Amino acid sequence: MGMTMGEKILARASGKDLVKPGEIITAKVDLCMSNDGTTHLNIDIFENQLKAEKVFDPEKVIFIVDHNVPSESAKTAQVHKKMRIFAQKHDIPFYEGTGVCHQIMIEDFVVPGQLVIAADSHTCSYGGLGAFGTGVGCTDFTSVMHTGEIWLMVPETLKFEIEGSFKAGVYARDLILKIIGDIGANGANYRIMEFGGPAVKKFTVDDRVVLCNMAVEAGAKTGLVEPDQTAIDYVEARGRHDMNLFTSDEDAVYEKTYQYNLDELEPMIAIPHCVDDVVGVTQIGDVKIDQGFIGSCNNGRIEELRAAAQILQGKKIDPYVKLLISPASKAVFLEALAEGLIDIFVESGAMVLNPNCSVCWGSCQGVIGEGETLISTGTRNFKGRAGHPNSSVYLASAATVAASALTGKITDPRGFVV
Amino acid sequence: MINVITGKAWKFGNDVDTDQIIPSQYLLLPNVEEMKQYTFEPLDENFASTVCPGDIIVGGENFGSGSSREQAPLVLKALGISAVVAKSFARIFFRNAINIGLPVVICKEVYDAVEQNDTLEIDVLKGTIKNVTEDRNFTSTKLPAHVMNILEAGGLIGFLNKK
Repeated sequence: MGMTMGEKILARASGKDLVKPGEIITAKVDLCMSNDGTTHLNIDIFENQLKAEKVFDPEKVIFIVDHNVPSESAKTAQVHKKMRIFAQKHDIPFYEGTGVCHQIMIEDFVVPGQLVIAADSHTCSYGGLGAFGTGVGCTDFTSVMHTGEIWLMVPETLKFEIEGSFKAGVYARDLILKIIGDIGANGANYRIMEFGGPAVKKFTVDDRVVLCNMAVEAGAKTGLVEPDQTAIDYVEARGRHDMNLFTSDEDAVYEKTYQYNLDELEPMIAIPHCVDDVVGVTQIGDVKIDQGFIGSCNNGRIEELRAAAQILQGKKIDPYVKLLISPASKAVFLEALAEGLIDIFVESGAMVLNPNCSVCWGSCQGVIGEGETLISTGTRNFKGRAGHPNSSVYLASAATVAASALTGKITDPRGFVV
Repeated sequence: MINVITGKAWKFGNDVDTDQIIPSQYLLLPNVEEMKQYTFEPLDENFASTVCPGDIIVGGENFGSGSSREQAPLVLKALGISAVVAKSFARIFFRNAINIGLPVVICKEVYDAVEQNDTLEIDVLKGTIKNVTEDRNFTSTKLPAHVMNILEAGGLIGFLNKK
């Protein structure tokens, strides 16, 4: 009996030839990362409860300040200071204000075949490069940071076979919203979502990350795409050459296989307050918006910024709507500057923000008020996610957000793109 | 050894996400003691001031979905919640709860047979739940041995320190 690529990564990490779903393994971790959402608690556990003195390997532990940066309060500044001092003391890579943690990990650290544990749920993003990333809480993370190991249950794998090609105005973002709408917010609970098929083979790394990043919104342990030349080129261009290319065996066992055809896909919207409450843009009706947001670990990369710029070029956003744009990293920001996209955004009336989690997590920038409505490329539309408990968040593609910012209501982007 | 847990039920619905348990804007407060007063604020702003030590949370499907914030089970534990019973849990919340020594119990059947304020009696080791108010008994899923060992040690840190 063959193995899926996810099983192979876990087998390698646990020093075994074969693993099976349901088995509990102890795995060696290739990288671990923590951000300012929880690191102050990790440090407390590390120093006061574990009474640990050293991290397991300073080259494999990464701290990234991305959630509330720049700090909005003295208390937050103190949390960042605590991270900075710990990072200096233990000589571990430290990033502050350089971008969303997962984008930095993908640009600077992750290679195919790794097992990566991070104290953030969207760690599943790394499947876009064929690495097994999964999110944990601070106790698990602190234990990994200390020992370099973690216990995991080998999950079952669900396969998503994608064929066809996107119509103009439809993106990977719409596909993953459609899939989550179909299988539900716990439709992949405890499982691996493996995305493949002829369409995914043609996807860029950015698009692969968009799919894997939101696997957790269906409850999955991780999302994975088989690494190929596209993934190899991405990491080699960034100076990383040592990797393991695991692909699924022909006779690998999947719990279930789903089929999707991109030819039939339209722009999708997740409506408040659950990520699996998804409808096509043509069914959305008349929904007035107060704010748009383009950014986050799901949808703040260069391809999404290009899609938004194509729609905003030479136009002005609705005078009573705010559009906030946060490139996912410094590298993305510089690329957008070089391509003239930032000029287009600013000319259109949008506010361009520093790379960070920003509006997606509703604590730092662009918080919305009572009764307000946000349309966002962020990861979640939970009640109160973007600010006041009685506010609403709709999730959509960058193109849909841009088109909606022009008209002041949720708008099908297909009328704006060629 | 984990004793039998007895407490009053607080009933919530399906897909209670971690942003409802503790909203993002409170996560960077310096410690859990400062955060706990905001527990369940979007769903019930009086929760933190009226919950009693020993009370039990009862949830539907996919309890604790969303972010990996360990602050979610931590604030529940800090308020004295003795266990969470749900039809199903999101995986990170489930792990986090075990890791901090907060018993999490999976039971599909008990949800529909519990009203707010009913008294529940949970035996985590045996895998049984009794609704004392209604005098009805249910079976819950038993935890794998490795996971039970962590819970018995009071969480992952206790487990590691014991090794």
